[in-house]
Amino acid sequence: MSELESRGAQGAPSHAAVRAGGDALSWSLKLLSVGPLLILVVLVVAVAIVTPAFVSPRNIGNIMAQTAVIAVVAIGQHLVILTRGIDLSVGANLALATVIGALVYTVTDSALLVALAMLLTGAAVGAVNGLVYVFGRLPHPFIITLATLSIARGLALEFAVGHTTMRGMPEPITIVGGGTTSIFGLIAIPNSFFVVAGVVALVFVMAKAMVWGRWIYAVGGKPEAAVQMGIPVRWVLVSVYVIAGLCAGIGAIILSGRTEAGSPLYGNLLELDTIAAVIIGGASFLGGRGHLGHALIGAVMIGVIRNALNLLNVDVFFQMIAIGLIIVLAVEADVLRNHLEARVRVLQAGRLN
Amino acid sequence: MSAAAAPVLVVRDAQKRFGAVHALKGVSLEAYRGEVLALLGDNGAGKSTLIKCVSGVHSLDEGEILLDGEAAAIHNPAAARHAGIETVYQDLALFDNLTPAQNFYCGRELSFPSWLPRGLRFLNVRAMDNEARSVIDRLKVKLPKFDAPVALMSGGQRQAIAVARATVFARKIVILDEPTAALGLRESRKVLDLIAQLRAEGNAVILITHNMEHVVELADRAVVLRQGRKVGELKPSRDTQQELVSLIVGAEA
Repeated sequence: MSELESRGAQGAPSHAAVRAGGDALSWSLKLLSVGPLLILVVLVVAVAIVTPAFVSPRNIGNIMAQTAVIAVVAIGQHLVILTRGIDLSVGANLALATVIGALVYTVTDSALLVALAMLLTGAAVGAVNGLVYVFGRLPHPFIITLATLSIARGLALEFAVGHTTMRGMPEPITIVGGGTTSIFGLIAIPNSFFVVAGVVALVFVMAKAMVWGRWIYAVGGKPEAAVQMGIPVRWVLVSVYVIAGLCAGIGAIILSGRTEAGSPLYGNLLELDTIAAVIIGGASFLGGRGHLGHALIGAVMIGVIRNALNLLNVDVFFQMIAIGLIIVLAVEADVLRNHLEARVRVLQAGRLN
Repeated sequence: MSAAAAPVLVVRDAQKRFGAVHALKGVSLEAYRGEVLALLGDNGAGKSTLIKCVSGVHSLDEGEILLDGEAAAIHNPAAARHAGIETVYQDLALFDNLTPAQNFYCGRELSFPSWLPRGLRFLNVRAMDNEARSVIDRLKVKLPKFDAPVALMSGGQRQAIAVARATVFARKIVILDEPTAALGLRESRKVLDLIAQLRAEGNAVILITHNMEHVVELADRAVVLRQGRKVGELKPSRDTQQELVSLIVGAEA
């Protein structure tokens, strides 16, 4: 953003003070918009100085692998939050998907079928969320996704019949989830990183270049207006929950591949991690504001904090406290941004002459 | 103009009931191109109902709506827009998180390729930006920044964007529901200028307002509703202003 005025600039000298105020405001808004990235960079530099092991190729690979699941699921969560929604079921959905995948593996060796089963499970739970929310005329998706959280977790435990881990995954899936690819022999990039990159590229194109993406922002910005403008709001909403479910399914492939197992206990509190990632990254909890980068920055930040505190031998409970504090910071930044924008509006009205 | 003689919109004997409430009791009116028609009435007089019937939010129980002399089936807002009727609602229906150009085309984006379902097409961003920019320039709407979200703009600028959006798509009628209600003096002035310009460009403008000064200044004709009936139609001027107010409140003139 350059200065907020270009045509208002010909104002009388008496407006100089107004303009200076506007510049300060626009600077603050700019700072807020790059805030999360700035914090991440500062964090990385600080940790790297304290523990040089943090920036070793091996550890960077670790962070990537540990962040992949949160990142992929957070991308789906981000789309849901853009429409003023929330999906609490993604963690349980992921667990159910790994269990179904493991069950399919007991009857067939086909990696394709196992992967497909996980994706379909994820999408199916997402479809239930979206359809019940929209056509059940629920006021908010909180309750239905809370219900499917419980149902999916229960189904996962039921289908696992007493096992907490169901060992074994087809080799291609373990390669996708746990393998690495060496780049010029310098650094071993986890294959899951490429999966995340692929999902990011796909969702980026859909959200930025396609009509569907514009509709998501419209629905999140003002649902009533979206109806008046003839946008198929209901189907837009259903689609984001299906995609959030699909992302949970992709997360299931990565996690079960890395651990070479399915488990009904996977993805515990993943819904909170992904919501935290989206909010920490700088997307608005009120909907309509934010982009893919926010979800990714947030996911990486969570990964970096966990990894750094591990390296520093900090108690695991402090990780939770640290992430909680950052969430508060992020939400306050969102509030501050809305406040500053209201001030900019008033200045705009004052500048007309 | 000989075409000006034929009304672009005719509403004939409009009847509308909401349960026990008889909101419209046989209202008729006509709107012409290049004319501002003020629709007046106290709260509950039926003007909003009438407007919603024309813009497709409600449908009439009885009576008919003719566009350019032909019966028009307006069953939903999309059909009304398709027929060339644009409405600027009181809440503006603007998306705070989108830029003016994105707002202009929201819900009817220019996109390609046409064989794909609408949601899966790719946005033609450049064409939409250019068109929006040229309309905003033509209407002399001053915006602080063309590609900033609407959230950063003042009430008057937002109103202007909503009106400008209507003009992009209106081929017949622009309906404005209390466009100056929430604005200060200077911003109201800008919007009034904009309405005058819409008229000059040959649109039929229907203006709902409670502000008699604006009616006298701008409207070529005024239709007054009271309790669901049309109680008067006259040409507003300083001399008839008192008469208009009497018609609205129902006192004997």
